Amino acid sequence: MKILVGVKRVVDASFAVRVKGDHSGVDLDNVRMAMNPFDEIALEEALRLREQKLATEVLAVSIGPVKAEEVLRAALAMGADRALLIEAEGRIEPLAVAKLLKAIVLAEGVELALLGRQAIDDDATQTGQMLAGLLGWGQATFAAKVEIGHGVLRVEREVDTGLQVVELRLPAVITADLRLNTPRFAALPKIMAARKKPIERKTPAELGVDIAPRLEVMRTDEPPARPAGVVIGSVRELVAGLKAAGALAK
Amino acid sequence: MRTLVIAEQLNGRLDPQTANVLSAADRLGGEIDVLVAGAMVAGLALAASGFAGVSRVLVVDHLRLAHAASAPLAALIVSLAGEYDAIVAAATSTGKDVMPRVAALLDATQVADVTEVIAPNIFRRPIYAGNALEAVRVLGGKMVLTIRPAFFPPAPTGGSAPMLKVSVQPDADVALGRIVSESATRGDRPDLASARVVVSGGRALGSRENFDRLLLPLAQKLGAAIGASRAAVDAGYASSELQVGQTGRIVAPDLYIAIGISGAIQHLAGMKDSRIIVAINSDATAPIFSVADYGMVGDLFAIVPELTAAL
Repeated sequence: MKILVGVKRVVDASFAVRVKGDHSGVDLDNVRMAMNPFDEIALEEALRLREQKLATEVLAVSIGPVKAEEVLRAALAMGADRALLIEAEGRIEPLAVAKLLKAIVLAEGVELALLGRQAIDDDATQTGQMLAGLLGWGQATFAAKVEIGHGVLRVEREVDTGLQVVELRLPAVITADLRLNTPRFAALPKIMAARKKPIERKTPAELGVDIAPRLEVMRTDEPPARPAGVVIGSVRELVAGLKAAGALAK
Repeated sequence: MRTLVIAEQLNGRLDPQTANVLSAADRLGGEIDVLVAGAMVAGLALAASGFAGVSRVLVVDHLRLAHAASAPLAALIVSLAGEYDAIVAAATSTGKDVMPRVAALLDATQVADVTEVIAPNIFRRPIYAGNALEAVRVLGGKMVLTIRPAFFPPAPTGGSAPMLKVSVQPDADVALGRIVSESATRGDRPDLASARVVVSGGRALGSRENFDRLLLPLAQKLGAAIGASRAAVDAGYASSELQVGQTGRIVAPDLYIAIGISGAIQHLAGMKDSRIIVAINSDATAPIFSVADYGMVGDLFAIVPELTAAL
């Protein structure tokens, strides 16, 4: 079984972005970039399935500018067998990403697509579900545990009411939630080796996919600032403050 | 503009968040139909028909939908989508699972986590864990939206929309997914999404025992739902459905009390739109204080019982 893992280059998770003064977007100059953390979890899960001999090959795919090679090198260092960059500039919407990944899935004979549940930049939480829809495959989103036996996937999902277990057949799409696993760190020799590995390249045009945006981003704003709060010295003052603010009304 | 709102159920009843989605849909203008799909959903359909502004309630009542995963529900919505300009659901775990699939099958874009309807085709939504808000315009085609219920008031009742049974055979391809089991929801406390007060605990509580011992009595007194930070869930102090934050529940209650939570941006993303925020933490430099209206720096093991007793 061949597994496709989507890896997106995003702002490092520990970094709080700022909105540009002209409201045209967020300022990404001189900002540390990294692999989307949920994609790292998806990749880790794929590697574990391969180590359990449930998969034969893990193909990491990134869609973005040439600089997205960095996250593909990181994926190779973690243990991905192959890396493919689909070169595209600008904002690529989830529907376009799903179409591009579908083309790769079909060309490569992929049976399982493992993606992060969301990217921490646009927080869209769409690509995996869209890919499953376009392929006509089953989907198990927000996965906290994955088991495979006899072509059947058993996935524990994190949902608003707790945990839900779904069963579905391969081929399928899984999106990884936070608690699916803890991704491994790549050892230095593997990082060095990954620098020399080839990165395959494709373009949206070669794949016959139209990536024109369907949304226009009109402006980007800072969230409204909360007025400065007060530090309170005693529980009595806190209760009085909450009462005055009408927060304790039944 | 014709809009189809996807109703959800919670514990066998109409999910109260559906009312908030209806008021968001109302801001699109035009007619609103509601789809109630599931097994034995007559009661839900009746509840949905009681909201003002609803034109019709479409009812698909089929046993096959009882344990159906997302694929058949998405296929059902797509089969009904033809006459609608917009398809709208709550940004719940169900809405987030199903609606992108619907959008892809319609070759439409999806706007997720809408917090404001600026114009019928222009929406505001948070990005970067709420560190920025973007206004996006849908350039054409059908609109598929998920709405953050906490950002819209519930629609008023007082309507009596006709209920229309739709006879379709839902797709029953179990290869695409079947729900095998679901954890039982705790009916003894308010649901996080709709609670007026949320009491939330973090890693500083130190253990599951402490989490329950300190938070439950306070929540009981306030009639509050319980929430947790990711660190508290990861440490096993609280179960995953209680996680508030970028990937967990997004809440905006009247009062949010953060206890022993440092306030990582991923947590703030889930609660910083609460009306009043109280933070209790021993670390005066914790980022949670930057969003708190009332902060108390000190030993939570002393402060929380005292607060519970004082209420």
